[in-house]
Amino acid sequence: MNIRTILLATTIVMGATTIANAQTLNWARAGDSLTLDPHAQNEGPTSALQHQISEPLIIRDMTGKIVPALATEWGPSETDPNVWWFKLREGVKFHNGAEFDSEDVVFSFNRAMSPDSNFKELLASVVEVRANGKYGFEIVTNGPNPIMPSNLTNIFIMDKDWAEANNAVKVQDVEGGEDTFASRNANGTGPYILVSREPDEKTVLRINENYWGKDEFPMEIKEIVYTPIQNQATRVAALLSGEVDFIQDVPVQDLERVAATDGLKVITAPQNRVIFFGLNQGDADLATDNIEGKNPLADIRVRQAINMAIDREAIKKVVMRGQSIPAGVIMPPFVNGWTAELDKVPETDIAKAKSLMEEAGYGDGFSIRLNCPNNRYINDEAICQAAVGMLAKIGIDVQLEALPKAQHFPLIGGLKTDFYMLGWGVPTYDSEYIFNFLVHTKGDKYGSWNGTRFSDPELDKKIQSLASETNLEKRNQTIAEIWDVVQKEILYIPIHHQVLNWGMSDKVETIVSPDDTPKFKYFKLNK
Amino acid sequence: MIAFAIRRIFQSIIVLLVVGLVAFAMFNFVGDPVDSMLGQERTDADVERVRTQLGLDKPFPVQYYRFLEGAIQGNFGISYRQGRPVSEMIAERLPATLELAFVSAFLAIIFGVTLGIFTAIYKKGWAANIIMTLSLIGVSLPTFLIGILLIYLFAVELSWLPSFGRGEVVDLGWWRTGFLTKSGLLAIILPAITLGLYQMTLIMRLVRSEMLEVLRQDYIRFARARGLKDRSIYFRHALKNTLVPVITVTGMQLGSIIAFAIITETVFQWPGVGLLFINSIRFVDIPVMAAYLMLISLMFVTINFIVDMLYFAIDPRVRLEKRGDEK
Repeated sequence: MNIRTILLATTIVMGATTIANAQTLNWARAGDSLTLDPHAQNEGPTSALQHQISEPLIIRDMTGKIVPALATEWGPSETDPNVWWFKLREGVKFHNGAEFDSEDVVFSFNRAMSPDSNFKELLASVVEVRANGKYGFEIVTNGPNPIMPSNLTNIFIMDKDWAEANNAVKVQDVEGGEDTFASRNANGTGPYILVSREPDEKTVLRINENYWGKDEFPMEIKEIVYTPIQNQATRVAALLSGEVDFIQDVPVQDLERVAATDGLKVITAPQNRVIFFGLNQGDADLATDNIEGKNPLADIRVRQAINMAIDREAIKKVVMRGQSIPAGVIMPPFVNGWTAELDKVPETDIAKAKSLMEEAGYGDGFSIRLNCPNNRYINDEAICQAAVGMLAKIGIDVQLEALPKAQHFPLIGGLKTDFYMLGWGVPTYDSEYIFNFLVHTKGDKYGSWNGTRFSDPELDKKIQSLASETNLEKRNQTIAEIWDVVQKEILYIPIHHQVLNWGMSDKVETIVSPDDTPKFKYFKLNK
Repeated sequence: MIAFAIRRIFQSIIVLLVVGLVAFAMFNFVGDPVDSMLGQERTDADVERVRTQLGLDKPFPVQYYRFLEGAIQGNFGISYRQGRPVSEMIAERLPATLELAFVSAFLAIIFGVTLGIFTAIYKKGWAANIIMTLSLIGVSLPTFLIGILLIYLFAVELSWLPSFGRGEVVDLGWWRTGFLTKSGLLAIILPAITLGLYQMTLIMRLVRSEMLEVLRQDYIRFARARGLKDRSIYFRHALKNTLVPVITVTGMQLGSIIAFAIITETVFQWPGVGLLFINSIRFVDIPVMAAYLMLISLMFVTINFIVDMLYFAIDPRVRLEKRGDEK
């Protein structure tokens, strides 16, 4: 046996193993799904895994467009404006073979609206859900809800009988100290079936041969092995060494290295997340500044000056290595209400900013504390450090306090910060979502993330009217009016839209979804 | 003896209780779990409700009391992050950490003792000098850096070993082991070296200095005068006398191997209790953090207790001192 035969033999053996594994996708990202219970955690990685196994009535495809899943058609009722009707897909089976029908949908919606569900806010306007025959389903709201479908793209449907048989009727209830069967097992209708799962370790899925859309979608990946790898150097190393084929979060400093490696590529797209600073402009005096008895941020000229002093292009170039899109509004580009004009990046003008500070009576500047997370957004702490330098140029002496997210976010919720960084994604793709949480006066039901102390009863009324305004033209008009106020008052200082970088082997063919949620039924494999 | 043991157990329990109290006092500074639990779409009313339900609005001694109440009945609560019983999660993860610690300790002892003897015998040779210099690196480089370097060399450049995870595991019912598959054995090599390197250099240096000390003793000189073979002198006469302090130190180090596994486990995505603890800190998963800290302190307390008892059995001076105390 000469060397050539040995080589040939090895090639054949290796070739055989590659073919056997060719349809397996090894997928890694920083975090694991927290639970398999479809209604317990409304959080990126958790929903991303669930989307492979279970399905909502309607989903967003990889471009972000709403497309049918378990419902084939839907629309507002012609007789009653408070009702949305859905026609359900017939002949769909759950992974255990049980038939899918309207009973499962009613059950799942009631489950998703229960107090322990993390999705109940998306369904807050729902009064009743009811079946209309075996394949009809209706949602009754407390007033007309024109954007109902966009709230449903993460409301997964469970099998009622399975949940009842396995004591999983209730959403897992951590406070009550309960552990449900559904947190560790899954029975969906989705394109992939759960084979095994060890939390934080490994989850294996295999293709659902009976999937209703088997012929409609590529479905070229036959097996998915999902491993969380939280250390970013290890995650990149695993991709470089070929142990994983697809990672969702390539650190910006490693982008070039991955892209330059043979057999690997990086694809990039704007993410559904905008990064900005919030300013306490409502309080009479600030706790974290050095001005007594007055709140410098309450003066619109100071806010204008800050807005002018932040050099977004410099942040993009130096901090983000080109991986960001400078923003002029706190709304991702695909959201209803977005216009290029709103998103026009404010010009950096230090001289003008300085004169504004002087006009406002702060020619000598002031000092203030900036609260910033250090493990939530891409390069979050570095962005804040850059801002400190930029604001120093107009005399604002910023003390940066960077904390882990678990300590940072309670400061915003508890109104314990006057100047803070926040990022916001819009799952409904509609401005109303932003207004409800960030612009409306802070109260029990609305404004829970509004740390600006801004309050305008007129504006609140407008925001609340959006929920039931069925005349879309009029509704969009109101949205534009509210944005006008937000922009004119400089409620927030927008910085940039985050950019997603997915790193993968050349064999994987996909586009980046703005929600950072791969739906593998759309993926193709190059042979 | 029994009185001494009872007193030591009593002291151990007090240590455990104090560790728990300090831990609960610190949880307030780690952050607020409610935000992570409820997601972006929570209202202020939700936050208040959950905080009350979890008892997070109570002062920390009350929270600690509630934890102890459950712990005494064997109930460590439900993880905020995964919604599963904490005891189940820790039991599931412990085998990975113990296997890793066992292999690291094993490598550290084998290589540490061998290299220690070697460098003591050939103390002027070039090989010994190189080993001693390299061992300085082992002591001074931080664990995560060693881990990353090993990954880049053996996983990315050479593609010999996996860069993360535990490989295929075999479930024996009560213990999931990686020792029975090829991928599992390959996967443990890099993390075990990373974790054991510090201990290895420590043992090596200890053995070396003890050995040099012993080799200067008169009885070694007499042994040589008797014409005994080098091998017999080194391994039968010298090594035995070297090992007493080595065993003590190694025993004590076993606890720290398990505790230090946190960093190694994070770098290699090794699914053990250390990784679980790190994830829990990020989420402020108080039940898991509390159970982990109690487990680790229980381990240290137990090891100390055993060592004390062994001393008591071996060293008559301890007994005498105790009697002196009682008078």
